[in-house]
Amino acid sequence: MDLDYNIEGGDFTHAGEASSHLKKILKSLNLDSALIRRTVVAMYEAEVNVVAHAWSGTIHVNIQPDHIQIAVRDSGPGITDVELAMQKGYSTASAAVREMGFGAGMGLPNIKENSDFMDITSEPGNGTILKIVNRIKP
Amino acid sequence: MKVKELVKELNLEVINPGENMERTISGGYASDLLSDVMGHSKPDMVWITLQAHVNVIAVASLKDLAAIILVHGQLPDVEVIEKAREEGISLLGTVSDTFLTAAKVYESLHRNGNDKR
Repeated sequence: MDLDYNIEGGDFTHAGEASSHLKKILKSLNLDSALIRRTVVAMYEAEVNVVAHAWSGTIHVNIQPDHIQIAVRDSGPGITDVELAMQKGYSTASAAVREMGFGAGMGLPNIKENSDFMDITSEPGNGTILKIVNRIKP
Repeated sequence: MKVKELVKELNLEVINPGENMERTISGGYASDLLSDVMGHSKPDMVWITLQAHVNVIAVASLKDLAAIILVHGQLPDVEVIEKAREEGISLLGTVSDTFLTAAKVYESLHRNGNDKR
């Protein structure tokens, strides 16, 4: 099964809607609730990253019998130092974003903790591609 | 202890009843950092926060939290209440601050044997 979402940079009002939709789909497939939670938490953080940092983005979700793959592609400033961005507490979020309770430098670490596989490729000045895979145990 | 029992005991305002009033609470979490709640809260917890914007509903929904308690008597915007309604989230309120609310929730949950920490 394939699902596609468009994310608008700066649109915090609709942030999380793609993740909420995915949650409903995964629930309807009767998957394990802990797996669903991990997957949607990882996707939510990715969604918020696009909203907080990029100009626009797309999310493609591919659900197979043994795994869920999420690919988040954005047009945005990119990440200059991915290793640094992965560190807990490191953030480049604006003051306005922080005021809402985001931008605590926990997003990417949360994605790592809630996924079985995570990969970031970024081109500074152009955008970022994030891939997440979670295995579905039989 | 169920959400509706906590509401009664702490005299909380029910902003939106949602679908969880009969749910048994597993514990509490107090934080205004959304990623912190995403990372560290557990299902069926009540979440105490002063953040009253629409994104708290998504966090509570995605993490399967039992309820949100908004502190300082804040009334969220109509769109937030509308979102809580759509997602079935139990949205509660108190005039108390985070510290006092957390203390009261902790005391209630422990007395009723809910929080196992």
